[in-house]
Amino acid sequence: MRSVQALAVAVLSLLAISDVSYANGEPKSGGSLRIYHRDSPGSASIHEGATYSLNVPFMPIFNNLVIFDQHIAQNSVSTIRPELAESWAWSADNKTLTFKLHKDVKWHDGKPFTAADVKCTFDMLMGKSQQKFRQNPRKSWYDQVEEVTTNGDYEASFKLKRPQPALLSLLASGYTPIYPCHVSPAEMRTKPVGTGPFKFVEFKANESIKLVKNPDYFKKGLPYLDGIEFTIITNRSTAILGFVSGKFDMTFPTEVSIPLLKDVKSQAPNAVCVVEPNNVSTNIIINSTSPPFDNIDVRRALALALDRKAFIQIMFEGQGDIGGTMEPAPQGLWAMPKEMLESIPGYGPNIEQNREEARKLMQKAGYGPDKHLQLKVSTRNIAVYRDPAIILIDQLKSIYIDAELDVVDTAQWFPKVARKDYSLGLNLTGNAVDDPDQSFYENYACGSERNYTNYCNKDIEKLFDKQSEETDVEKRKKLVWEIDKKLQEDVARPIIFHARTGTCWQPYVKNITVMSNSSYNGYRYEDVWLDK
Amino acid sequence: MFAYIVRRLFLMLVTLFGISVIIFVLLRVVPGNIVDILFAAAGYVDPADKANLERELGLNQPIVMQYLSWIGGLLHGDLGYSYVSEKPALQEILPRIPITARLAGLALLFSASIGIPLGVISAVHQGTKLDYALRVVSLSGLSLPSFWLGLLILMASVSMFGTMPIFNPNPKTWFEAFTIYAVPAAAVGFRSAALTMRITRSSMLEILRQDYIRTARAKGASEASVNYHHALKNAVLPVITVIGIEAAFLIGGLIVTETVFNIPGIARFLVEALRWRDYPIVQNLVMFIAVVVVVMNFIVDMLYAAIDPRIRFGD
Repeated sequence: MRSVQALAVAVLSLLAISDVSYANGEPKSGGSLRIYHRDSPGSASIHEGATYSLNVPFMPIFNNLVIFDQHIAQNSVSTIRPELAESWAWSADNKTLTFKLHKDVKWHDGKPFTAADVKCTFDMLMGKSQQKFRQNPRKSWYDQVEEVTTNGDYEASFKLKRPQPALLSLLASGYTPIYPCHVSPAEMRTKPVGTGPFKFVEFKANESIKLVKNPDYFKKGLPYLDGIEFTIITNRSTAILGFVSGKFDMTFPTEVSIPLLKDVKSQAPNAVCVVEPNNVSTNIIINSTSPPFDNIDVRRALALALDRKAFIQIMFEGQGDIGGTMEPAPQGLWAMPKEMLESIPGYGPNIEQNREEARKLMQKAGYGPDKHLQLKVSTRNIAVYRDPAIILIDQLKSIYIDAELDVVDTAQWFPKVARKDYSLGLNLTGNAVDDPDQSFYENYACGSERNYTNYCNKDIEKLFDKQSEETDVEKRKKLVWEIDKKLQEDVARPIIFHARTGTCWQPYVKNITVMSNSSYNGYRYEDVWLDK
Repeated sequence: MFAYIVRRLFLMLVTLFGISVIIFVLLRVVPGNIVDILFAAAGYVDPADKANLERELGLNQPIVMQYLSWIGGLLHGDLGYSYVSEKPALQEILPRIPITARLAGLALLFSASIGIPLGVISAVHQGTKLDYALRVVSLSGLSLPSFWLGLLILMASVSMFGTMPIFNPNPKTWFEAFTIYAVPAAAVGFRSAALTMRITRSSMLEILRQDYIRTARAKGASEASVNYHHALKNAVLPVITVIGIEAAFLIGGLIVTETVFNIPGIARFLVEALRWRDYPIVQNLVMFIAVVVVVMNFIVDMLYAAIDPRIRFGD
């Protein structure tokens, strides 16, 4: 039954692609898409990085087994389309996910793509192969995968330790391309080989990244573009001026801040600009292993002191969202209902009342008007970290906390956090997939490498597993809400706000869709075309 | 003269050795290395993966061994591999040198060709409205930061011409090829020209009061001959020093201009490499800049000796 559903999805997806292309007029082939890139990525290997600075330029080189529909802004299970897989099917016990693969796919170096490449990729991601990635930041995504097996050259199966319906979403992320077996991880960092619509030409650090059309792409007639050129411009003013003057067809995705967006629209009124949430939360990490935050009252007072609307007003002119761990609705799929969110201490609309309560808790902990708590708020020396940290310091004054900003060089940030050499830290958390499995296990599970605060609650961990196994979406949602509420009440990692950012392109660029619940998944660009 | 050159060469080598040690030690004193940065970028720290990577890059070796390995390689023309791009450091550095050299050369040309004549004119017309006007221009040149001027130029270009002169590796016309270097060179050269002009002016004023200038005039030499032949020739020594220092500074000091105009030269590359703690790139680039500075000083010393023989005999 599920196979039939998957096949139907495949057919629908093809129809959807055709619809989008023709909705914008008859697509024209040719031309190069010129985009500025915000910085120089550390390598070209998507699997070894954890920034969308890698996904944007290198995602067009690859294919996944499945992919989120590139023209539906909200990623969800229902928008997953087949890519290297022709179809997929779950076994009756939901513990085996089998993919039938396309037979006519070639790597950019001419070698045929087979199921062995799928096995190689995931064996490497799970740390089971001889060849190792230099870094493997998403290894935990596959914790429930027991093994990947092949049946001939064109069938691959994921055997799971227990049912995990979210696996399909993880496989559909821009973070999950299939790598070739015959190319080493070291080569993939410098000269990536894929099966995707564009081939890698060159990557000049701090200068440019060039891709060229793959004429043998297995999706006949695609891509429309002859190539994509990324010019690396680290100075934001120069980059925006470059876009306004027409030197670039598109800004770096989700990189135009709300105040800058006004400048762009005033100087290039014809530009198409969209503002979307990007599933990145700004949050506070708390060192609860030592005083004063080993005291739950002080942690709760901190959560009660936050005026989230003020953050959003100051930083984004009101264009941001308040929520828990999961991205707020309507773009976020798993957000708590408003009334549930507002029942969490600190989320209520009456800020003064919240702070009055916070002051009482602080006094209970031994602080007050005559005895202020002195501490440092540590954060990375980057504007998107620094600016909210300054606002936080200002807000903490209302509950007898005199905080000082401690800006930390990027190289020192994670070692410092790992050493627990901080009291409060201001942090950003990006979610590649709008799914609780990715968010909860990565950021809150006991022992997870990205659980910076070492928050560990065995009862909640059981709920993590329960929701992860749940195949009924509505039942799963209720569990997720319960978990998210509990995480906020535990002050595990207080979420301040979820940001929104802008992307602009020239009016002749067609078929660009900016994803609204992830900034990692929408850059295949196979059917983008230029109406010139 | 031979002994003078040998002495200067020996001093050069000692200086370069000292610089190499300082660069190497300072880089290791700065907290964090490439492995910390890579894991920071990936948002997690895995102690085992970290140790593996440090071993792979040789960062677990004692600092003396690392230094000897670098210097040994350097003497054999092996600059090592960039930690970030994993390409040979030489392959990364070499293509960027001509870009910065062209920009610095044009900026120096702008500086000398504007600064020296205006300095002479200002000195010759001391106390006149022209002198005051030129001094205001030079003061503004010294006061305006080049990044601000650069951004202003870019904004004005976009606003007036609908385009802007940022770097393009494959310019379509000779005019574009010229503007992508000439405009940033002018932005940098403006400050440098102002400095050159002020030094030329003060040096000229001092020389113009000398007895031999009065003698030249008494003998009936023309104003042009007095100013440019007798006075400027002797006033130019401090100007050469300033231009030499500027030349050395421009090789490594164009970071802001290269960033604003998006020029992929060595200054911007150096800062990016430093951000990633890409030791092979930083060490070799700083060493290259040090060599340029030392060689420029050597050339200035030689020019001094050639122009003023008292220097080589008295040294």
